[in-house]
Amino acid sequence: MQTTRAPGWFAATREFLIPILAVGLLLAVWEIGVRLFGVPEYLLPAPSRIVVETSAMRGQLGEHVFATLRTIMFGFLLSIAVSFPLAVLISSNRLVADAVYPLLVLTQSVPKVAIAPILVVILGPTELPRVIVTFLVAFFPLVISMTTGLTAAPSELIELARSCRATKMQELVRVRLPYSIPFVFSGLKASIALCVVGAVVGEFVAAERGLGYLITSATAFFKVPVAFGAMLILAALGIALFQLVVIVERLVFPWAIAEERH
Amino acid sequence: MIEIENAGIVFGAAGAGGVRALDGVNLSVIDREIVTLVGPSGCGKSTLLRLVCGLLRPTEGRVVINGEAVVGPRRDTGIVFQAPTLLPWATIIENVLFPSTIMGRADEAARRRADELLKVAGIADFAQRRPRELSGGMQQRAAICRALVHDPDILLMDEPFGALDALTREIMTIELLRIWTRSPKTIVFVTHSIPEAVILADRVVVMSARPGRIAEIITIDLPRPRHFAMSGLSEFQRCTGRIRELIFGENGARSDADY
Repeated sequence: MQTTRAPGWFAATREFLIPILAVGLLLAVWEIGVRLFGVPEYLLPAPSRIVVETSAMRGQLGEHVFATLRTIMFGFLLSIAVSFPLAVLISSNRLVADAVYPLLVLTQSVPKVAIAPILVVILGPTELPRVIVTFLVAFFPLVISMTTGLTAAPSELIELARSCRATKMQELVRVRLPYSIPFVFSGLKASIALCVVGAVVGEFVAAERGLGYLITSATAFFKVPVAFGAMLILAALGIALFQLVVIVERLVFPWAIAEERH
Repeated sequence: MIEIENAGIVFGAAGAGGVRALDGVNLSVIDREIVTLVGPSGCGKSTLLRLVCGLLRPTEGRVVINGEAVVGPRRDTGIVFQAPTLLPWATIIENVLFPSTIMGRADEAARRRADELLKVAGIADFAQRRPRELSGGMQQRAAICRALVHDPDILLMDEPFGALDALTREIMTIELLRIWTRSPKTIVFVTHSIPEAVILADRVVVMSARPGRIAEIITIDLPRPRHFAMSGLSEFQRCTGRIRELIFGENGARSDADY
């Protein structure tokens, strides 16, 4: 869509150019503003200082990124592993749905930040409480979208399967499951973004590695540029993981993209 | 042979608050006959079709096919709905083979039969495409192929052309008759269109609503092969006129008809 008569090269690159220019402008204003008004570094570090200070820690940075990434992935896998059977149960049985829904809502109404320290006491200062916090933050939208997906198949298609004398299992595998794929991927996208949040919350409470830990430890020593750097890496990580889910969907279930837009 | 014996169905609790969809329906359909069901919305024609299919059980009476009471879906029936309801992730050929796959009979013979059906329906070139790439009419052709793939004796059709435009609808009606001439089957066909009902049928079953009952069964005395040019014939007009009378009242001005 072209609303204005821009030159060809401009129209072609506009999609990327405008956002890049906007970010560049923001960084420039930030850098100049901080230097001009002499803002102390512990209040707001200049972008150049963030880059210098963060890259000075290059040696340990990889270790922190890897630790956070591991928590995110374990939390994500646990979310999928729990959400999937739960969604099948909820969508296939009215009684289970009535019993499980209030419990689900309960887990969502308790602030995860409040659960985290309790979990650390119960489970010890290991990876496990962080993974569980990540899971608690991330699994809810996945269960909801999977359940919605499993009940999304048109009733006529279910009737068709039944008229062919399909078993409950065939109905699930041949009709309901594939139909839920677009919904599942909406859920996975929401879930992976929340996993990043969950992992950081977990690391705030108890960790000796990870980007969340890096933020708390850096701010404790007023190394604010490093904290900013860790935050930006987390943002980049979140975007990369989200895009990874999008790519998997595009490669494995290309038809699901069309369905989602439909 | 389909025999519907005094069939009735009540949805919900019988007596208190239950909705009676069908009441005392008696109908026999002989082999290779085309029977169309017409009537106002809520007359239970789709419900009647689902009783024959075994998707619903009657609360009174019974449905008997070839001497056996229908207690659930059978292998010798195929069904087509108003929407094509194809699986969006599967190719057209996979969709057509869906009933065979479910029944565990997607063998070479079924595959050949599916190919043959696609040819007859004129969509063989689209076998490897996905439903989204086909027009509504082509999708519905695929749905009809799917209903025929396991070579059922009875084809049940629930307003199969209801979602198509008027022109495609006439073409599909004639196509269906062509397929039926090639391999005759018993067809029970639900429709809202009176001309469609008459052109297709050996007998038209006119139903009345609340509760769903058979108002009258009209035998159509038109030669086959049929075509829409026959709508000028006096027999055609006698039949459509009678159906209109039954649905809308004697002077065609029944205001409470929910049609």
